[in-house]
Amino acid sequence: MNFWEYLGNRHQQLLVDTYQHASVVFQCMVAATVIGVLIAVVTYRSDWAGNLATTTTSTLLTVPSLAMIGLLIPVVGLGVPPTVIALTLYGLLPIVRNAIVGLRGVDPALVDAATGIGMSRTARLTRVELPLAWPPILTGIRVSTQMLMGIAAIAAYASGPGLGNLIFRGIASLGSSNALNQVLAGTLLIVLLALLFDAGYVLIGRLTISRGIRA
Amino acid sequence: MPEPPDPGTPGAPGASRDATGTTGTTGTTGTTGATIELESLTKRYPGTPQPAVDNVDMEIRAGETVILVGPSGCGKSTTLKMINRLIEPSGGRIRIGGEDVTDMDPVRLRRQVGYAIQSSGLFPHMTVAQNIALVPKMLRWPAARVRARVEEMLDLVGLDPGEFHGRYPRRLSGGQQQRVGVARALAADPPVLLMDEPFGAVDPITRDHLQDELIRLQHELHKTIVFVTHDFDEAIKLGDRIAVLRERSHIAQFDTPEAILTNPADDFVSGFVGAGAALKRLNLTRVRDVGITDYPTVTVDDPLERIFDLLRSSGSHEILLLDRRRRPYKWLRRGDLMRAKGSLARAGTLVSDTVTRDATLRDALEAVLTDSSGRVAVTGGRGAYEGVVDVETLMNSVHELMEADRLEAMEAQHELEGHRAGRTHAEQEGAGGVADT
Repeated sequence: MNFWEYLGNRHQQLLVDTYQHASVVFQCMVAATVIGVLIAVVTYRSDWAGNLATTTTSTLLTVPSLAMIGLLIPVVGLGVPPTVIALTLYGLLPIVRNAIVGLRGVDPALVDAATGIGMSRTARLTRVELPLAWPPILTGIRVSTQMLMGIAAIAAYASGPGLGNLIFRGIASLGSSNALNQVLAGTLLIVLLALLFDAGYVLIGRLTISRGIRA
Repeated sequence: MPEPPDPGTPGAPGASRDATGTTGTTGTTGTTGATIELESLTKRYPGTPQPAVDNVDMEIRAGETVILVGPSGCGKSTTLKMINRLIEPSGGRIRIGGEDVTDMDPVRLRRQVGYAIQSSGLFPHMTVAQNIALVPKMLRWPAARVRARVEEMLDLVGLDPGEFHGRYPRRLSGGQQQRVGVARALAADPPVLLMDEPFGAVDPITRDHLQDELIRLQHELHKTIVFVTHDFDEAIKLGDRIAVLRERSHIAQFDTPEAILTNPADDFVSGFVGAGAALKRLNLTRVRDVGITDYPTVTVDDPLERIFDLLRSSGSHEILLLDRRRRPYKWLRRGDLMRAKGSLARAGTLVSDTVTRDATLRDALEAVLTDSSGRVAVTGGRGAYEGVVDVETLMNSVHELMEADRLEAMEAQHELEGHRAGRTHAEQEGAGGVADT
């Protein structure tokens, strides 16, 4: 069976895996964005807190993904939970770091002006600081997503969802007729998904970054 | 010629060029200025032995423009920022319009106090209209009123609403940004406007325009303005009264520009005033205060015969040709029309420079001196012709000014000596002595 015949025969299964892969990455990204921006908002004003947040999240990233999932299995079991937890943790670093850098990079004169014209702390954050820090935050989200696309494949090790299953199956049965096709299909679909997500982010950037600060 | 109030009693009534105070609701906006009283205002930062601002007492009258001026690091900005409590005072009271605002919710306070800063502080991700609408929206004005107000404010600061409404700040020049910054600060019609070196980051020519604009605005609005700058010339130009501050915001002198220029309180003030006090004096008088002479004028629509008649009949050997909107267009001399064979388009010399009624004598003198014939046309609203000033008029008024200043200084000196003589006399004669001056 050549690669195209394989795709044709298994398209049902492939679509399900692709959908699950995209879905888990998307949901973890939403969680990582919310948590990451919150961490940044809480910590960016203080030097040590901001640095602590960046250091912690970057330490998390140095844990090998296989080990991370392996360590989570005894705690939360197999399947979706370890996958989601691991992906969310990995996704944090670029977002937290970019959000802190972005929030700290807002011109102090503008913060002063916002306070001076009578904005409350919340208004200042939501109407001035976050919109101005949004472009770097969005870049962080993009980088995170690219990363999670690859890491999500490892989730199959903990019988998680996604295209990783295809790759793992292929590797396990190396030498059999479909092994190479499976690995190839899994990999290509992950790359394709990553490109689609990236295109999505470009669109989101167009829609959400004010024309006044777009490069 | 306003009389300078006694230095040291800043609350003395009168004496301000513009002390219209709470009177009248002129122009487009209703709220005029409120008084500001600072009472032993102090700011102490932890870990520093000396306070940054030490015991400042100041009374600012309603509708007055007060300039805080001093060397960098003297605490003038800190003092200003304590008025809207961007910096919380460590001691003392602040009263605005009689109300103690020292313990008021700072967010509520700041919405009632306009605030304009250096390099405009416009939010780059919002359009001009959104920037201006911020404070009215926070005060929950109805949408229609906010919209109308934005147009009104743009118009007020001399920007065409249709053109600038939807623009982002980065597509504006520095001067335009600063105008929008002022419009935003005034949008909710606050009685008080705080300005922190607002024109510090624009080029000198634009700064000059913006200063003129602010003077015009203040003529219309009568807000209470507190303005921080390190540029003494700017202080002279804009201020009804100037507070010269030394380190820790100690007031070295708080008086009218005239009084500070002619009668600096001490060496620190005279050092700060710098050389050329006499020339700076020119910045204090405006063209509107000196005689503007009327000039024979014709418009481009007048028939040629009338122009010839006027050239012949008027005593002057020159007349001013106005364009259709009554703006000065050309100087026509006798014979110019002849040489140009009756063509207005070719005759005469184009008017190269005009000054407004609000221009300072210094600007007018500059314009007159660069003009080959030693006169310059004065224009009013929309550049329309109002009259002409020439070099003699200007020199005469300069002489008068200098003379008046000298007399005043002598009087002040006299009074002081008389006072001292009286006191010595009284001391010598016992309690019954009468001072003779």
